Amino acid sequence: MKAKDIAELLDEPACEHNKKEKSGCAKPMPGASAGGCAFDGAQIALLPIADVAHIVHGPIACAGSSWDNRGTRSSGPQLYRIGMTTDLTEQDVIMGRSEKRLFHSIKQAVEQHNPAAVFVYNTCVPALVGDDVDAVCKAATEQWGTPVVPVDGAGFYGTKNLGNRIAGEAMVKHVIGTREPEPDPEPLIPGTKIHSVNLVGEYNIAGEFWHVLPLLDELGIRVLCILSGDARFHEVQSMHRAEVNMMVCSKAMVNVARKLQDKYGTPWFEGSFYGISDTSQALRDFARFIDDPDLSQRTEALIAREEAKVRTALEPWRERLQGKRVLLYTGGVKSWSVVSALQDLGMVVVATGTKKSTEEDKARIRELMGEDTKMIDEGGAKELISIVHEYKADILIAGGRNLYTALKARIPFLDINQEREFGYAGYSGMLELVKQLAITIESPIWSAVRDPAPWDEMPSEAELLIAEGV
Amino acid sequence: MAILEKRKKAMSVNPLKASQTMGATLAFLGFSRSMPLMHGSQGCTAFAKVFFVRHFREPIPLQTTAMDQVSSVMGADENVVEALKTISEKQSPAIIGVCSTGLAETQGCDMGLAIHEFRSRFPEHEKVAVVKVNTPDFSGCFETGYAAAVSAIIDQLVEPSERAGSRARQVNVLCGCHLTPGDLEFIIDTIESFGLRPLLIPDLSRSLDGHLPEAEYSALTTGGLTMDELALAGESCATLVIGASLALAGKKLEEKTAVPSQVFPHLHTMKQVDNWFMALSELSGLPVPNRWRRQRRQLQDAMLDTHFMLGQLRVGIAADPDLLLAMHDLIAAMGGEVVAAVTPDKGPALDQLALESVKKGDLEDLERQAREHHAEFLIGNSHLHECAERLHVPHLRIGFPQYDYLGGFNRVWIGYRGIQQALFDIANMRLSQHEEIPTYYSPLSQKRDEEHSKRPQQQGV
Repeated sequence: MKAKDIAELLDEPACEHNKKEKSGCAKPMPGASAGGCAFDGAQIALLPIADVAHIVHGPIACAGSSWDNRGTRSSGPQLYRIGMTTDLTEQDVIMGRSEKRLFHSIKQAVEQHNPAAVFVYNTCVPALVGDDVDAVCKAATEQWGTPVVPVDGAGFYGTKNLGNRIAGEAMVKHVIGTREPEPDPEPLIPGTKIHSVNLVGEYNIAGEFWHVLPLLDELGIRVLCILSGDARFHEVQSMHRAEVNMMVCSKAMVNVARKLQDKYGTPWFEGSFYGISDTSQALRDFARFIDDPDLSQRTEALIAREEAKVRTALEPWRERLQGKRVLLYTGGVKSWSVVSALQDLGMVVVATGTKKSTEEDKARIRELMGEDTKMIDEGGAKELISIVHEYKADILIAGGRNLYTALKARIPFLDINQEREFGYAGYSGMLELVKQLAITIESPIWSAVRDPAPWDEMPSEAELLIAEGV
Repeated sequence: MAILEKRKKAMSVNPLKASQTMGATLAFLGFSRSMPLMHGSQGCTAFAKVFFVRHFREPIPLQTTAMDQVSSVMGADENVVEALKTISEKQSPAIIGVCSTGLAETQGCDMGLAIHEFRSRFPEHEKVAVVKVNTPDFSGCFETGYAAAVSAIIDQLVEPSERAGSRARQVNVLCGCHLTPGDLEFIIDTIESFGLRPLLIPDLSRSLDGHLPEAEYSALTTGGLTMDELALAGESCATLVIGASLALAGKKLEEKTAVPSQVFPHLHTMKQVDNWFMALSELSGLPVPNRWRRQRRQLQDAMLDTHFMLGQLRVGIAADPDLLLAMHDLIAAMGGEVVAAVTPDKGPALDQLALESVKKGDLEDLERQAREHHAEFLIGNSHLHECAERLHVPHLRIGFPQYDYLGGFNRVWIGYRGIQQALFDIANMRLSQHEEIPTYYSPLSQKRDEEHSKRPQQQGV
């Protein structure tokens, strides 16, 4: 990828980070960096497209330690879970045989798995030696008639965030708009109208979107495509025909929403399905953008019904969790969306991470939690632990990477990121959330791991002598 | 001696191989107050970190030189210097292990020069030991990277000396990456039971054994071999090498210090454990303690009990060479037959492997072989699980990664007790798969059971 193209992706006008001093995405520091690379971001963003053969073009490290490593679920094909890589050897690199190996790899994937499409993820080594992945993909498409899409996101191009955008860009450039959607299905409620929408940045972690999808179906909101949880290639192709796009929980692929607006005039909004209030808000936003009075009316009725149902179910849990103090450490939009979910439960959020949050996000957090909320901008694991103590938090909610750090510090923990095994989205997801919160907060193990061993408590012989006044 | 069948297909599907860089990283994690540093883009490190965190369920110290677009093209030696400086300042580790990635090697890094530069520009950090090892992921595998790192540590940190045997009761052990932290505890136990003092290089039993340290937080490893201990390696009476992949490292140590080395391919069979105890007995001049003799009799009894389930068992194994050999020998010693074997790359252990050939390949290759040769039991890492489900056979988890099985990282496989438990587990898994003879209902019989009366009609359709 050319430096100019990377710069253009970094300069995303719809991203609020772009407006303050931290414009674009920050450059990583040698010896003090955490987090993935552009390849990681690109792969994570598209891997959930289930009927595609995802080939990682590079030596083993890129795919070898990352395949089959995400909690996303498919309702149909499992092709996306098969790890495919060109597994380049030293000879390939030195003798310039990697393009040829890629071409034959595509053939192997097409012949053995008959995929809807092949995505080729470029990585550092072939990018450095100058493989023309675009040309190989083009030739392969012509040769076998299966669409082969290049995703040029080598790791050294930048961060995971940039990789997300590269992935989105590849979809906008090569896939979206290449096919018309299937005709509208019959609505579940006769006499109502079907409206088509997309969700961008929803990954169906642990299948959690299936908590939400039945509600949309009931309202007659047809999800053309989720980019990319439980998606199929032909769904992505038809994304240009939606009436409105929802950006879910993440700025990472905001370029997709913006470009679909520029190209096809589709409006978009940001929202989340975490928590009761946010789920209701997202449903209302759909109705507002679609602007169908009948839909609005049915949406309100559905919200009233679902909220009442879930509040009743949550009542016993509320008593147990009420007043518990939470330190929330997640990036970006998720901060405020999870805050509202926790407040729905009567919990107190004492501090929240705002490292990836925009100014707008921060304003929302202040609005939700009051002016004196502690916002944690920078912070390693060590600082996080000291804030837990300082603010007397009962639980730390953060991404999986902090899980074992928290446990070593004997702090109750809830994993909120993509690797988790439980789905928290939608009204019914709240029930899973409270259950998981209670499992760790109410566990009897904390005193066992915090209290000293009996022999450490026993005063030493010398101390005994002093106590006896000898 | 097994011939390694070459890779024939263009693409690896469901790869078995993990990179050399990660293998090297693991070796450095066996040192106290250590920080492995991958020289590459930051994703190399992030992936490796997740890989180890999920396997060990522990925080894993690991840093990156964070090569970006400019340094990838213009040269990234300065990134190494900057990373070494930053880590030294922030964490003051005892040792930093710099492992190169495919990106850095393709770009043409000179880590030696970069470290030299770091030394001359930042003399205040002279106490931080720095070791470099070339481990591009386009050659070798996890095991070769681990072995390369152990060699590099001996090469760069052990001073040549002529004091071999001056610590008459100290024994070096070079521990291969086919051993778990739990295995290493067995090694320590046995050596100490002969009144000897073990020096494990590297020592994962004190860093990644899953212990709750007193301190709430550490950016570095919380245990492992210390630099002071390593400095005494040249004074030991012997070096015991476990794993053929480390034989070269053992030779290297011998050349530098004249400490004689003896290689054991593994301690996964009774015969090898016997050899181990004989060696310790010889080194110490003491007889084998009674508790080990007792455990040997227990193992013998377990072999009798389990040989019904393990005899002629058709097994498929996917693992790096040392571990493949260990598991093969465990199965073969019980009369089982390895009918499918896949390994990611070559290794000296294959010379001792009593199979005609081994496929250099991936889990797709293993599945094909296992299907063709009717394997009844699979042994391999967590990724093998779905293949086992498709073939409807039990799956025993070994090696890296084991992300869906708690305690796998620390399981004891070696020694009489460890082998005994492995045999029981394999036998139990096998029993749970026992196939009953399908019930036959005779249409001519005069039985009047309810089942009986309706079956013939159904069958008659």
